[in-house]
Amino acid sequence: MGFKNLPMTTVKPTENKESLFSEKVRAEIDTWVAKYPEGWQQSAVMAALRIVQDDNAGYLTQELMDQVAAYLDMPPIAVYEVATFYSMYEHKKVGKHKVCVCTNVSCMINGSDKIVDHMEKKLGIKLGEVTEDGKYSLKEVECLGACGGAPMFQIGTKYYENLTPELVDSILDGLE
Amino acid sequence: MSEDQTITIEIDGKAIQAAPGQMLIEVTDAAGIDIPRFCYHKKLSVSANCRMCLVEVERAPKPLPACATPVNDGMKVFTRSPIALAAQKGTMEFLLINHPLDCPICDQGGECELQDISMGYGSDISRFVEGKRIVKDKDIGPLITTDLTRCIHCTRCVRFGAEIAGIRELGATGRGEHMTIGTYIEKSVDSELSGNIIDVCPVGSLTSKPSQFKARAWEMLQRDTIAPHDSVGSNIHVHVRRNELIRVHPKDNESINECWISDRDRFSYEGVYSDDRLTTPMIKSNGEWRNASWDEALAMVVTGLKNAGADIGALLSPNATVEELYLAQKLIKSLGSERIDSRLRQGDFRGEAPSYPWLGQSIESLEKVDAALLVGSSIRKEQPMLAHRLRKAALEGAQISFINPLELDLNYAAQQLVTTPAGMITELACVAKAAGANGDLIDQAEVTEVHKLLAEKLKGAANGALLLGNLATAHADYSIIRSLATAIATACDLKLGYLPEASNSIGAHLVGAVASTGNDAQAMLETACKGYLLMGIEPGLDLWNPAKAANAFEQADFVVALTAFRSANLEAAADVLLPMALFVETSGSFVNAEGTLQSFAGVITPSGNTRPAWKILRVLGNLLEVPGFDYVDTTEVLAEITQATSALVPNNAVSNQVASTEVRTAKNGLQRIGDVPIYALDPLVRHARSLQKTHDAIPAGVYLNAEEAGKLGVTEGDNTVVVQDQVRIQLPLFIDPNVPNGCARIPAALAGVEQLGAQFGEVTLEKV
Repeated sequence: MGFKNLPMTTVKPTENKESLFSEKVRAEIDTWVAKYPEGWQQSAVMAALRIVQDDNAGYLTQELMDQVAAYLDMPPIAVYEVATFYSMYEHKKVGKHKVCVCTNVSCMINGSDKIVDHMEKKLGIKLGEVTEDGKYSLKEVECLGACGGAPMFQIGTKYYENLTPELVDSILDGLE
Repeated sequence: MSEDQTITIEIDGKAIQAAPGQMLIEVTDAAGIDIPRFCYHKKLSVSANCRMCLVEVERAPKPLPACATPVNDGMKVFTRSPIALAAQKGTMEFLLINHPLDCPICDQGGECELQDISMGYGSDISRFVEGKRIVKDKDIGPLITTDLTRCIHCTRCVRFGAEIAGIRELGATGRGEHMTIGTYIEKSVDSELSGNIIDVCPVGSLTSKPSQFKARAWEMLQRDTIAPHDSVGSNIHVHVRRNELIRVHPKDNESINECWISDRDRFSYEGVYSDDRLTTPMIKSNGEWRNASWDEALAMVVTGLKNAGADIGALLSPNATVEELYLAQKLIKSLGSERIDSRLRQGDFRGEAPSYPWLGQSIESLEKVDAALLVGSSIRKEQPMLAHRLRKAALEGAQISFINPLELDLNYAAQQLVTTPAGMITELACVAKAAGANGDLIDQAEVTEVHKLLAEKLKGAANGALLLGNLATAHADYSIIRSLATAIATACDLKLGYLPEASNSIGAHLVGAVASTGNDAQAMLETACKGYLLMGIEPGLDLWNPAKAANAFEQADFVVALTAFRSANLEAAADVLLPMALFVETSGSFVNAEGTLQSFAGVITPSGNTRPAWKILRVLGNLLEVPGFDYVDTTEVLAEITQATSALVPNNAVSNQVASTEVRTAKNGLQRIGDVPIYALDPLVRHARSLQKTHDAIPAGVYLNAEEAGKLGVTEGDNTVVVQDQVRIQLPLFIDPNVPNGCARIPAALAGVEQLGAQFGEVTLEKV
């Protein structure tokens, strides 16, 4: 949210930022902070949250969000706002492989329901749940912009298109 | 196009002048043309997210939000055209989709912006048949009730927090249908201005917790009065139902409180209904308190006052009205005594005091300063609305610096020099020297880079201010601080100002309710008088040195207290208690920090057998046969005051700058910092139930930083024995990183420290 007096940083900058995160995570966030003008480090909040999430097995906790707020000198609530707005930030444990299945119009017309049903039966979990061994989690997402290959899902950074139950089996079984 | 040019636009066929860059809604508001809106607020940034103010603009393809459309020369706007109305009605229908139909049980019902506008723009039937969303309510503290199902996501409360209160506590988390206002984590909203979000909320999502379900909007009468706590003199509306106070709202006054008030001014009215209210006169006979009639009690007071004669001291609350203070001093002077004071928490009366000290400038002009040095001031908690002005200046680039014995939690970036009470004098002397001033203490000062930079900053200011706060006043070497501050102000060409503690601190100077040195509040307790008159104070909590006061009262033959509340401490001191009305129960006037006298009428009738203090004093005057005590109402008293003081104007100048240079504060040893917490300022606020449950209502205790606590071998939660001037009391210990080394913050005015000594002075701590 934009306010009259941007940037809305905390009055007291955090000391000992070295105590937050690992050196690798800090270095990665810093490359994003460097992209913005001096004093506008909070512009890097989305990148920082993604980096921290990736570093924490794919999900965020309140402590991690608070640390991001401290690292970027932001009020914590401003970080919560961003982290709850975007659906790609996770607030609960996810599986090693997060299967993001599109159920939006094009995929729905092309049978995404069947794909969801099949996966739910195969993995024994519902949408939004994680398998007991922590290997897979299912997530319903909105359009990922691959309507030409509907139905589709995304695992990690990879899109899998024109899915059929058989294809789904081979994809899921092929994952480590 | 330059700033002073005006342009002409046409709204609904009428030609209207506007300034370039103004938003359409500002122009229509000024011209009295109504455009419905929810998210727009004149004091907040434009978010344009409610879409209710859509209007038709010629040659624009779609309706435009009036709050976010800048005016243009020749622009033609239609606010009531079919296109505009269709857009507004469409928005209304969407806003009502999720809004519950619970107006009959909603506190906002009857004064709700959504309800009002839906009368004009809503449809009688909803086409929405799906389920409405429900949002779980959050507990955000003792002052504000949330009912977030009613929220329409205008985000005014969020913007208020960020832009006015200066701390982001509330936010909008989630998205779309799942968006909710809240703190996300379980947390209270702790800003000292938090109550204003009740006013900015256009629906019933945020309402007052203390007045929840107490009255309907249309049952209440609105009366105007002046807030009785800090020296801002905020204008307030008091809402009353059948002679009962229901709530307090701000009244717009751009030059004083804008459209805001502090939580202290908003919720302190609860104190009026405290169980500790004294409702009938009481007399102590043989150590036992008993109820008495007014006649009996007054007769006893008259005898007591006559016996004391010229050896009487009067300690008057600086929260009393101008009229009350005037009558009290008139009465005491007629008895032949000059011992009258209302500077109850002043730590040092040496040197010449300014005749009529004030802020040194208008409240409004505070936001125009480009540099300010505040000495001994926790301004955010002492005068929240003045702090808001100063924050505005800081956001415009003003350089604000503090010299304080405590580190403050500020809502803007400022330089803070935090040091011991003795260190404050050293720091001031250094700044004075760096600024080129001369003087005894100044010449010995050892200037460092910090002082040079600060002096440079102050010297470079075109419109600088130096302000002395409550902690400076309570300092044991206040006179030295004042003369050093004057030296700095002169050398740097700054406006010197005082941040008076109470609603009528300045009015007390106007009517002569302050004594000359030797007769002052400290002197009259140092050597006990035969008799005392106390008005509106609790001696253990409202005086600079309660221990000394208790001694003096014990030695006195007779102590009469005009008071609104009973307390063990007061009952120990006094012989007669006369029940006095509180601020809403009496008429009168206050003079605020900028010297503005504001009069107000009574709002409710005094409870029980209480009487307004001015009436009690008038009757005492009559019984003592003092001439000229035949006032019919307070306006007559005020007329007499105005006539007698017409020549008096606020003036901070003193003729003789040379004050004593004998520093009383020791450099070594543990020094007490006896600040007065925000919700402990005066008896009324101390009895306000809900405010006493807030985060800012801290418990009595010893607040040390971790290092000092380590030296003593104590940790948080331990009990410690505090020894001050041979008085020993036990207090819990808290770790507070804001306290400097060599200091123990032991706040004054809190239940539990009534026996202790001076607000500033040496203390020793012992492990239990």
